[in-house]
Amino acid sequence: MSTEQVAVTTKKDWTSSQEVRWCPGCGDYGILLAVQQLMPELGVAPENTVFVSGIGCSSRFPYYMNTYGMHSIHGRAPAIATGVATARPDLDVWVITGDGDGLSIGGNHLIHALRRNVNLNILLFNNRIYGLTKGQYSPTSEVGKVTKSTPMGSVDAPFNPLSVALGAEASFVARTHDLDRKHMQETFKAAHAHQGASFVEIYQNCNVFNDGQFDGVTKKASRDEMMIDLAHGEPILFGNENQRGVMQGTDGFLHIVEVADVGLDRILVHDEKNEHPSLAFALARLNSDDHSPTPFGVFRNIERAEYTKSVSDQVLAASEANGPGDLNTLLASNGTWTVN
Amino acid sequence: MTDTIDRSNTADHDRVLDHLVVRFAGDSGDGMQLTGDRFTSVSASFGNDLSTLPDFPAEIRAPAGTVNGVSAFQVNIADHEITTPGDDPNVLVAMNAAALKADLHRLQPGGTLIINEDSFGERDLEKAGYVTEYGPNSEPINPLEDDSLNGYRVLRVPMTTLTKQVCEPLGIKPRDAERSKNFFALGLVSWMYTRPVEPTEEWIGKKFAKNKQVAAANKAAFRAGFNFGETTEAVGHRYEVRPATLPAGTYTSITGNTALSWGLVAAGQLAKLPITLGSYPITPASDILHELSKHKQFGIRTVQAEDEIAAVGVALGASFAGHLGITTTSGPGVALKSETISLAIAIELPMLIIDIQRGGPSTGLPTKTEASDLNLALYGRHGESPLPVIASYSPAHCFHAAIEAARIALKYRTPVILLSDGYLANGSEPWKLPDVGSLPDISVPFTTEPNHVTADGTEDFWPYLRDPETLARPWAIPGTPGLMHRVGGLEKADGTGNIDYTPENHEHMTELRAAKVAAVAADIPPTEVSGDLDADVLVLGWGSTWAAIDAAVQRRRRAGVKVAKAHITHLSPLPPDLGDLLRRYERVILPELNRGQLAHHLRGTYLIDITSVSKVQGLPFKSREIEDAIDTAVTNLSDDQRGATS
Ligand SMILES: Cc1ncc(C[n+]2csc(CCOP(=O)(O)OP(=O)(O)O)c2C)c(N)n1
Ligand code: SF4
Ligand SMILES: [Mg+2]
Repeated sequence: MSTEQVAVTTKKDWTSSQEVRWCPGCGDYGILLAVQQLMPELGVAPENTVFVSGIGCSSRFPYYMNTYGMHSIHGRAPAIATGVATARPDLDVWVITGDGDGLSIGGNHLIHALRRNVNLNILLFNNRIYGLTKGQYSPTSEVGKVTKSTPMGSVDAPFNPLSVALGAEASFVARTHDLDRKHMQETFKAAHAHQGASFVEIYQNCNVFNDGQFDGVTKKASRDEMMIDLAHGEPILFGNENQRGVMQGTDGFLHIVEVADVGLDRILVHDEKNEHPSLAFALARLNSDDHSPTPFGVFRNIERAEYTKSVSDQVLAASEANGPGDLNTLLASNGTWTVN
Repeated sequence: MTDTIDRSNTADHDRVLDHLVVRFAGDSGDGMQLTGDRFTSVSASFGNDLSTLPDFPAEIRAPAGTVNGVSAFQVNIADHEITTPGDDPNVLVAMNAAALKADLHRLQPGGTLIINEDSFGERDLEKAGYVTEYGPNSEPINPLEDDSLNGYRVLRVPMTTLTKQVCEPLGIKPRDAERSKNFFALGLVSWMYTRPVEPTEEWIGKKFAKNKQVAAANKAAFRAGFNFGETTEAVGHRYEVRPATLPAGTYTSITGNTALSWGLVAAGQLAKLPITLGSYPITPASDILHELSKHKQFGIRTVQAEDEIAAVGVALGASFAGHLGITTTSGPGVALKSETISLAIAIELPMLIIDIQRGGPSTGLPTKTEASDLNLALYGRHGESPLPVIASYSPAHCFHAAIEAARIALKYRTPVILLSDGYLANGSEPWKLPDVGSLPDISVPFTTEPNHVTADGTEDFWPYLRDPETLARPWAIPGTPGLMHRVGGLEKADGTGNIDYTPENHEHMTELRAAKVAAVAADIPPTEVSGDLDADVLVLGWGSTWAAIDAAVQRRRRAGVKVAKAHITHLSPLPPDLGDLLRRYERVILPELNRGQLAHHLRGTYLIDITSVSKVQGLPFKSREIEDAIDTAVTNLSDDQRGATS
């Protein structure tokens, strides 16, 4: 179906009639708008698009898209979406998940979808909090975070979602944030273009239970100093005059340096196509918290065998080798005898 | 013994048996399953009716030579129709001391014991626990040398030594040759009970084609065993079990798991739908995953998921996308799938959940049979979550049960649980191949057009607008223009499918979901009663107890006891005629491989008493156990109950 000529669509075609029910000011609105605006650009049809989500504020997302969709159960969206995509590789399948949904209860499904490289676009709305259940800490909350369930501060070490994804052999890994629609759209577009599992972490503000978590990085005033835009093939530079950069030291580690001190030649050139994930991993861990320079964009984007295609290829190969299935042949396949 | 027909008019009657139960027992590494399988195949193609019971330990290799490591395969072959693998073996082949220790108590008094005497050294006896006492002062006791085997016909054969001897001229090292001793045993038993030789020799050639030396050793051992029977006087007569007169047709020997797998393949064909199976390996269900993975040419996709939750998620996602979504597992896996099954109930999509039950709770008895997941199937979900449950009753019936489960799931857009168990899964019986053309068409159409017109005249799609008869909602799959819709676990308004939390709507939807499952009853055929229809006692059964019940009822009736039986396949909803049927009898006996789960359910449903007969030993019922229950029920009838019904 995806090969057919697709009618031109507008944002309206992708917007469902359902009233959006997030808290006023929630970062989720910006993400929804970015996606609804982007879809017409992708040249796909709403009927060939499926949004599958788990449970959480973020997971309400599919109700607002005029596509096929399933608001499933907590943590299981990657597994259910794997079923949709395996049955129907012709469909565009998106997974919407949260930091609790995708990294706590559903962590297992997330890593295995990435490992298998199922053709899914996975958007993880990271607000470092459980929004829907009214404000408990999440597996991405920083140590010491005071929430309803951690009145004396959280003692759990958090996950870095990108490290998890890279560790799970993800072939496409990116980060964006809810305040920059253009950056989100570029990132989602690249995720959509990628054949295989695409993992996008979205810094998302929960203004009710964790307001301003990312302000130190993503607010306009902080951006110049704190956001590092990754561009494939370009030296990794940031600062209002690109005066700072990322360098790989002789110790093998990545360091933030003043370009003037080391020279532009020493600045690491970003290579999202690098087969080896170690540099992407180092970049993913460059920021130690939400108050230090943080890379955004596509960290990794490599090609490797996509799961649903491999599954379909085997179905085709079996049909070619054995002819289409025939029940009578099957029933007789373990040897028979005749009683007269 | 079970299933015996009196053949006293047969000419050479001491040499012709109407049936024979052989139990091959040895160490897990001794190849007993293979040996039993081979004996079964040869008997099947010879024309006997048969039934098998593989019985193996949970450990792949439990400590060699110990009782825990004993693996056995029991097969009943007969010249008439039989249903069970037999209560007590007539012949026990014990390949080592541990096998004798583990299984001697099963052997029929006076039965034949074929013993590999090479495995009765001191170490073997100690490992098997044939010792005076445990501890530093223990001394081995050899059962071959005391009088503990008096009362059996004992054939002591140095199988290991003889096998090594015949292999030596072939240049096979003694250590390798030893592994062929199971074929020696098979050869000897084949001679004693007049089984054809050629098919087994041919089979060895094919099976071990990749390793010529192993093929040669196995053939030599098989021949040696056969010749040993012929030339050694001690072995005595040959016996015969003549072919059964089965209905004309083409037969294959089938296990429950294979039949179930093929039934699923057939269901996909009959529904004209591709299949997606999501599964996570678990005994005794894994063979279905293996089997379906072999048949991709039928458009079958199999996903070995990361866990059972993912497996059922894959199945549900596939159903949403327009496939027949299936997940296969055993009890622990069903427990994990529970939340997703409830989602399937809420979003009203077809899906099959197949539970090959084993002994529980927890890991329990992974390789042994039990039917204790009935409560889990009927009730094991949060919320008001009814769904249809059906159970297969024999290995071959698993084929038809799979098709029936798929039919219900598709027609009513509901998840369906199909229960089988370890005994059916691994047991086998001859199966008269069905006429493929006579299998039902179970296809249902996808919805492709809008189904509703709004006040202003525009057409739209209501995902919860139901078929008035089946109450099924439309199945519109991704890729269908104009019918985009969202489903999910939040309560839906009937009709539009929009989120709706209003009290009346939730109650209405809860009732609708129950009514939809109840509607399945309209398709259930009348419950068949057989035996003495005017008896006071009815034996009701479900699942794999069918075989033992059938044999027991036949036996009691031959002994002049009046008894009827009925077996149900549909457990939710129950057959609509079941309540009235049960009320017609003074006593209803219900044997179950659990602590009376269906009995409890029926008491609650019909407010009638049921005599529960329970067994939870990881083993199927012996027909004798059910016969005893019948006798007790008949004896306990009060005078005014006796003959009160007709
Ligand atoms: C099985 C199960 N356990 C717990 C819950 C309760 N629950 C719903 S959402 C949620 C956490 C959501 O956090 P996150 O994924 O970060 O989403 P957010 O609301 O922050 O977008 C929890 C614990 C549930 N719905 N189901
Ligand atoms: S609780 Fe937080 S994440 Fe949830 S809708 Fe409100 S602002 Fe958004
Ligand atoms: Mg969250």
